[in-house]
Order: sequence, then structure tokens, then C-alpha cells
Amino acid sequence: MASSGDWVYSEVVKEHFMNLKNILWGDEKFDFDGRGEVGNVKCGDQMVLFIKVDDDKGVITDCRWKTYGCASAIASTSILSEAVKGMTLKEAFNISPKDIAAKLGGLPENKIHCSVLGDKALRAAINDYYQRQGLKEMVVEEKARLVCQCMNVTDHEIEEAVLEGARTYLQLQEATKLGTVCGQCEAEARRLLDWYTEQHFK
Amino acid sequence: METRRVYLDHNATTPLHPEVERVIMENLGTFGNPSSMHSFGRPARKLVEEARERTAGLIGASAGELIFVGSGSEANNTVLSITGCQRTECHCVSDARRQGIVTTRIEHPCVLESAKCMGQQGVPVAFLDVDRTGRIDLGQVAELVTGETRLVSVMLANNEIGTIQDIASVARLAHERGALMHTDAVQAVGKIPVDVKALDVDFLTISAHKLYGPKGVGALYVREGVPFCPMIRGGHQERGRRAGTENTLGIVAMGKAVEMRMLEMAAEEPRLLDLKALLRAGLVERIPDIHFNGHPTESLPNTLNVSFEGAEGEAIMLYLDLAGIAVSTGSACASGSLDPSHVLLAAQLTPEQAHGSVRISMGRGTTREDIDYFIAQAPPIIERIRAMSTAYGRRV
Repeated sequence: MASSGDWVYSEVVKEHFMNLKNILWGDEKFDFDGRGEVGNVKCGDQMVLFIKVDDDKGVITDCRWKTYGCASAIASTSILSEAVKGMTLKEAFNISPKDIAAKLGGLPENKIHCSVLGDKALRAAINDYYQRQGLKEMVVEEKARLVCQCMNVTDHEIEEAVLEGARTYLQLQEATKLGTVCGQCEAEARRLLDWYTEQHFK
Repeated sequence: METRRVYLDHNATTPLHPEVERVIMENLGTFGNPSSMHSFGRPARKLVEEARERTAGLIGASAGELIFVGSGSEANNTVLSITGCQRTECHCVSDARRQGIVTTRIEHPCVLESAKCMGQQGVPVAFLDVDRTGRIDLGQVAELVTGETRLVSVMLANNEIGTIQDIASVARLAHERGALMHTDAVQAVGKIPVDVKALDVDFLTISAHKLYGPKGVGALYVREGVPFCPMIRGGHQERGRRAGTENTLGIVAMGKAVEMRMLEMAAEEPRLLDLKALLRAGLVERIPDIHFNGHPTESLPNTLNVSFEGAEGEAIMLYLDLAGIAVSTGSACASGSLDPSHVLLAAQLTPEQAHGSVRISMGRGTTREDIDYFIAQAPPIIERIRAMSTAYGRRV
């Protein structure tokens, strides 16, 4: 930035934003073993991530990506793409957005939403790799689980509501309408609310 | 090396005019309460009333029609809340048969949220659509404003795309149907000539910090004889229309800012229009796949809103920031919400176009060199963002 004052994000975010790691520029070709795509342009963020894998060791040897997204999506994927090189597929699959945010020196709460795209794309790429290798049994589907039967609300939607700012049960209800009919899911929903808040923000 | 800094976000706020700065420093010691009759209060009162005369003069009003407030948002909230007043003892506008509000989809959130709040209290609220240039349709005004409408509120110039509405025609339609007319002129006053008589409005909102005055002070014009109900009660200040000890220093500064606008505005307009044409041509020449938002002619001279295909607005804005250039974006990511600009969506842009939009708003200090610098810096930034984008060029 022009002035010496602090930037809107941390210095690490700024550094990655200015010097992107492993991006796939323009029409550059990359011979990948797995490809993951998440988000969509309509929502303002989209991510495509590619991995190259050492089949014998089950280790990620290279990771490249492209994105349509904001600075925190860009920086978090840049740092993620560095971090996964040399990791086993299993280790990489279990990277949490919180780990990435921590490496970035923290992100503003309303930006956590953007920073989860990178690791979602990574898991999709790893699953894609297993598919291509014919290792269907290794694919870990991120299946949604129904929590509120009456209003048809899944754990994924609860996670999304938390990422978008819901912190209390009432806010969660406002965002998803869960528990507004029979109310039987309240305890489970409260547990998930705490869990996702812990996962992403604590 | 210090990077060049170029401020192109004057619709967000403006720097203090040097003359305003001087007047603030000069009057720092004027602490008396303008309501006090003693020798400390009297000079403060005099300063406030001089500022009132000047500010009223800028919009062709008389001093008695002007109320100083804390912000444009406060003025807009005040006007919107009037229609909802249902106290039987109040002489304002309590008329059970006539409560409705008609406004537009592109108002500032302080109007939209106030309207929504009134709606929740049972006031019927209707929203006017805009076309691709951001203009409302007078036919729809005639349709939505009925015998039940109490207030029509349409902004004079839009903050994001700069589109100017034909307020005089809207006011005529409103008055024909017995409704009051308000215009939020925060972005217009100080940039283009505004005259309350020519516009024929009953209420008009002004903000000081948009015209080189300080933050925290604005003014509300209330036409003589029009019913009014205060939002902040409990004091005789502003003739009982806005309680609270006057922000003397802010008001004095606003008066000075207005005085300087009257001196400088006329010469500034053609200069800004030239710069805007230069900027527009420069961008078209150097960056493919862009399009401009707003009205080609009925637009603020200082404002240019442009969408870059396949590039996300917050990223554009922050890369420009690293180059020392300050602009705004309609992208969701910059607002902290998940939705892009309501104004751009109302003007029928796709969400992608809205996410990729940038607002460039020039001001009195903007130079030819600033625009040349922007035209030089923007193309490689857009090219870079597009090269990393999943939404531009070949699918991967």
C-alpha cells in the first residue's frame, strides 16, 4: 500500500496477494492427476485446483490453481497450494480452513467464508484423483446429513449459516428456518452450531 | 520510494477544502452554546445562522427551511419516519388513509432500511424499478403513487452509478396525487446545480462531507408550511425540529464548504466531464470486455462505473490500492455481505457484472495526471486478475 499504515488484511495475506504461488496463468497447461472445482461466479467466488500425485507414495508433488475471487480467497489458496506439496493425500484431505487462516495471520470473520473455498477444492481434487485411479473406495463423499426433518435443513446448511455470521440458535433459525416446526432437532442443531463455530472461528 | 496516491473515491467522502480547514482552526475556540443568550453563546449563534443562510442559498431555499442534522442518513431517516407517525395529538401528517411510501430500488440503504422498517409497522411501501441506465420510469411513478401515498422518496443522483433522475417530473406526479416529495440529494448537491424550487420538492437531504466539509453534519430542507415531525425530540434547537445542541464547528465548516462550492462548482463541471471522457476512452482503448454502467448523459460529471468481465471487484480494488489508487466496488466481497450491489442488480446487471464492477469518482483535486496514472495502472492489473481467473478466457 502507498501509505505506511496497516493494510486491510494481514501482512502475510498481502505478501501472497502480491506474489501468488502456484497459480495457473492464462492458457498455461498443467498435466494434472486430480482436478477440483467449487463455488460459482454468480456468487462472486469460484475456485479450480489441480494436483499432481506420486502414485507410489500417495504424496502430492505439485498443486496449481485458478480463481475468480477476492483477496482472501486468493491469498488462502496461494498459501494452501504451497502447504500441500509433499503432504500425503490423507494429510492434505484433513487440512482445515482454520489451519489456513492461522497461517495467514488471521482473517476477518466475514472473510472466513471466502477462505474455505481452497480447501474444499482441494478435497474435490483428491476425490477426483481417487476416481481417476479407480480407487472408488477411497473417495470420501461430503454427503449432507439431514438435521431438521420438518424444514429440510442439512448440516451443510448449518455450516454455511455459521460461515455467514450466525452465532446464536436464534440467528441460525433466522438463516435456515430449522427447528421452527416440531423443534425436535434443537439439541442437535445447537451442538452443530457450537462445533462449526469452534471449527471456523475459535 | 513512496507510491503515487490517487484518490478516486469522492462519492464515498471528500477531503476538507483548505478554506474549510482554515475556518475550523479559526473557530476551535468558539465553544459557547448557540442557545445561550450571553456573550459566549451569541457569537456561536451568529456563526450557525450565517452557515444556514449560505447552505439554504446553495439550493435556492430560505434559511428558515433548513434544519442542520448529524448526517445525510439522519435526514433521510427523519423524512421516512414522518409517514409512520400515528400519534393522534401530533399535527404532522397523521392521516390514517394516507400512509404509503413510494421509493426506488436504488436508494441508499438508509432510505431502503427506513422504508422496510415502516413497512414492518404496517405502512404500505412500493418500490420503483430502474432501467439499464438506472433511470426510473415516470409511467410506473404514475401507477404506484396513489391517493393512499403520503411520501414519494427518489434520490436525485445515485452514489454508485451517478444516474440523475428527473425529480421535477416525479414531484409533479406526486403532488397531483396529494403526496409529499422527498429527494436524497447527498450525491448531487455540490456536484451539479440543485434548486429546490425548480425541483419542486418538499424535503431534500444534503451531507457536508460529500462537498468538502466535515463528517457528522448535514442538512434537511423542509419546505415552508409542509407538515413535519421531529425524530430527535426534547429541545427547541432548529425551531423544535431537531433537538440537541448544535454542532457549531461542523455547521460553520459546512457553511464554508458550501460557499466554496458556489465559487468553484461551475468551472469544475466541464473539467470533470473532460476527464471522464478521457478516462472512458483510455479504458476502452486498453482493456477489452468492459462495459460502463449508468446513464450516458444524465449522470454526475465526476462518476464513472465500469464492469470488467471475468475479474472480481474486491481483487481489482485491492490491487489498485497497492498501486496507490483508491476506488470502490460493487462486489459482495467488499461489502462484507454475500450479495453484490443492489443498485447494479436493480439496473439489470448480471451478478457477475456486479461483482466485477468498479466505481471511479473524481473530485475537485483530480488532475489529468491522476487519470493518466489510472489508465496506465489499471490494464496490467485487470490482465493479471483475468489471467488467474476461472471466469475469463478458456475453461480449464
